[in-house]
Amino acid sequence: MSTATAQKQGFGATLWDYLTTVDHKKIAILYLVSGGIFFLAGGLEALLIRIQLMVPDNNFVSSGMYNQLITMHGTTMIFLAAMPFIFALMNIAVPLQIGARDVAFPFLNSLGFWLFFFGGVLLNLSWFTGAPDAGWTAYAPLSTTSPGHGMDFYVLGLQISGAGTLIGGINFLVTIINMRAPGMTYMRMPLFTWTALVTSVLILFAFPALTVGLFLMMFDRLFGAGFFDPTMGGNHVIWEHLFWIFGHPEVYILVLPIFGLFSDIISTFSKKRLFGYSAMVFATVLIGFLGFMVWAHHMFTTGLGPIANSIFAIATMAIAVPTGIKIFNWLFTMWGGVIRMTAAMLWTVAFIPSFTLGGFTGVMLAAAAADFQYHDTYFVVAHFHYVIVGGVVFGVFAGLHYWWPKMFGKILDEKLGKLAFWPFFIGFHLTFFIQHFLGLMGMPRRYWVFHSGDGLDLGNLISTIGAFFMTLGTLIFLYNVIITSIKGEKASADPWDARTLEWSIPSPPPFYNFKQTPLVRGLDPLWVEKRQGNGKMTPAEPLGDIHMPNNSFIPFMISLGSFVMGYGLIYQVDDSRWLFVAIAGLLITLGSMFVRSVKDDLGYHIHKEDLEEKGAGSE
Amino acid sequence: MSDEQLQTLKPGQSPHEPEKATLEGKNKFLGFWFFLGGETVLFASLFGTYLALKDKGAETKAQELFGLELVFIMTIILLTSSLTSVYAIYHMKNLDFKKMQLWLGITVLLGASFLGLEIYEFQHYVHEYHHTFTSSAFGSAFYTLVGFHGGHVLFGLLWIVTLMVRNAKRGLNLYNAPKYYVASLYWHFIDVVWVFIFTVVYLMGKVG
Ligand code: HEM
Ligand SMILES: [Cu+2]
Repeated sequence: MSTATAQKQGFGATLWDYLTTVDHKKIAILYLVSGGIFFLAGGLEALLIRIQLMVPDNNFVSSGMYNQLITMHGTTMIFLAAMPFIFALMNIAVPLQIGARDVAFPFLNSLGFWLFFFGGVLLNLSWFTGAPDAGWTAYAPLSTTSPGHGMDFYVLGLQISGAGTLIGGINFLVTIINMRAPGMTYMRMPLFTWTALVTSVLILFAFPALTVGLFLMMFDRLFGAGFFDPTMGGNHVIWEHLFWIFGHPEVYILVLPIFGLFSDIISTFSKKRLFGYSAMVFATVLIGFLGFMVWAHHMFTTGLGPIANSIFAIATMAIAVPTGIKIFNWLFTMWGGVIRMTAAMLWTVAFIPSFTLGGFTGVMLAAAAADFQYHDTYFVVAHFHYVIVGGVVFGVFAGLHYWWPKMFGKILDEKLGKLAFWPFFIGFHLTFFIQHFLGLMGMPRRYWVFHSGDGLDLGNLISTIGAFFMTLGTLIFLYNVIITSIKGEKASADPWDARTLEWSIPSPPPFYNFKQTPLVRGLDPLWVEKRQGNGKMTPAEPLGDIHMPNNSFIPFMISLGSFVMGYGLIYQVDDSRWLFVAIAGLLITLGSMFVRSVKDDLGYHIHKEDLEEKGAGSE
Repeated sequence: MSDEQLQTLKPGQSPHEPEKATLEGKNKFLGFWFFLGGETVLFASLFGTYLALKDKGAETKAQELFGLELVFIMTIILLTSSLTSVYAIYHMKNLDFKKMQLWLGITVLLGASFLGLEIYEFQHYVHEYHHTFTSSAFGSAFYTLVGFHGGHVLFGLLWIVTLMVRNAKRGLNLYNAPKYYVASLYWHFIDVVWVFIFTVVYLMGKVG
């Protein structure tokens, strides 16, 4: 519907619609587009890094610039690209998969997005005056003593966007627990919904640690506090703890929903129900739980002592067990299935060995004694790119191919999809496989140049060539998106002959999703109906009025206020008049919250008669 | 459903739990509990930081700095305010709007006096002991932890007052009952955090 009406409406009306929307399907598009833009920015930064490291003793960018590039690349990719992609996918799929008309808090959904967006914009505006340059991990005292305002942008940008993420997490928790259609018991939920649930729990308990860490850093940098300043009695290891108490769960926040969508995709395109469904659920929950027990494996060389290191090493290795369960269950689902190698499935199948390699190196790194050798070398860079690119990015591509019809009503061109896959896949392994060996040969991470004669030339050249292949793959994918939106074929409700509820309603769904809430009769509810019923969902209720939430501009204003406040806080160290800007921003935020609080927002009803006119909702 | 939500509820009517009578109310109820879960991690992180930095870099150590009398009074006041908010919610469940507002008003007064005493306490440390936010890591950690709590109290006060004023004329209904309920949950949470602050910061500070 969105694209169709967008063409009929004027540009202004469409813009206003998106600025005020509380519809989860449109918010998914907002997340996707802004995440996509940040992904391109982060990708460009990566390309510049690789060009600098293409040949020894290179001078393509200055050392200071290089520090800014690596910091912004990491920060952007994790917080501003991967996170919104995850939220885009959760927004489009979760409410539909559980048979809900929207999320539990449509208003907060919009607020979460705009906070994320303004935080990301704030962070990237730093490019004009000097970007953050202390690494995405922002270790103190490097970060607290970094001159200029770069790190202040980091602190405030992440604080604002982090608040948005937290709100999003709570929203999905309540949505999944309270809004499921009749019959959709927990153990009938699609794996993607399950992983979205666990990821939301992780967001809820991990992000506040980052919030506190960022507050402390802000107090140190902007208000003269001494948390991380040893001359005042401070202790910079506190930052490391807070950052990784958040940071390790964060990697699972990113990868769990991807595990979930791979499970859905594999079962759909193998025409088999997921092998070991309950084991998959159990493994997801276990990974989520263990994810909180292992943060100090990033701090083996900090000097916590052998006992702490051993405990965290063992806990870390334990995570490989539930992860292994998942890998085998995916393989067993495909085993003996009727496999269709669509573009989505191609990314999925490529994910399995790629991610497994990342898991292997993870267990290697978890051996604390050995990590003294690996730590802060390119070996670590190789490890986390295997899990994050080979896992999360492959997963996002797969998920986009899979759910594109639900989002936009058109199927991404399959041929172009596969054409984009191959250069990306080959480029990925070219870039990162060799980095394991560069790391083992002693090439440190985050260094501006390497020298000729150290035997690192060929490896780095290969790595850079790989980066260009990945760029090519991304460009083909973008081309595919454009071509598809111009002349792609219109998608039916169920183009993949799939199994879950989102495919029981038109593509794209009407804005109220389900005309009548469906009755779920088993795992893979649509498949159950295809096998045992007439292929359509049985409604759980008679046709009646549908209650819908109102659009609202307040989320935008609340977020805008915090953006202004962030700017003011950053610059008040130079000139105290900026404090007025900060206060003005705070007042915009609080004022908007006040308006929200005192103005009733009851939503409206779509009447039964209007629904009847529109004909059958599910075909 | 929506217009019915605005109908004023009178004592003796159903439902007994107006805060959970609608789906919106149920969602708010659950969502707010989750929010408090996140807040718990937030305060846990602050407590951890405080414990790591206690007495660090400061000339006046905690043992010397803190006096228990004032803090004890503050504790009693805040605990009492939690009790009065329980009364308020009790009356909400009986759909007795007037009494609910009255008890909430008392809660707000107690909360405000707590805040006043806290400001006085901070003043005292600054002027008598030069124990400030920027004087030492201990100072930073102390004012951050206790100040975050104070900020929560202030926000809670503004929130409850806004609710009371906004609904003063129209009384209780299914739309605002969850809002009241959730605000009272928040108030209890603040109280629980204070109990920890009293124990960890002040009592343990005195013991050494
Ligand atoms: C079997 C599972 C895994 C194990 C045992 C593991 C283990 C480790 C260890 C020990 C380190 C620290 C290395 C060092 O700094 O010396 C590390 C770094 C890292 N891992 Fe993993 N990991 C696993 C899975 C993942 C996953 C699934 C992701 C993301 C989706 C991930 C992302 C990262 C990142 C981003 C870093 C580097 C952080 C930095 O220093 O910037 N890991 N991993
Ligand atoms: Cu980790």
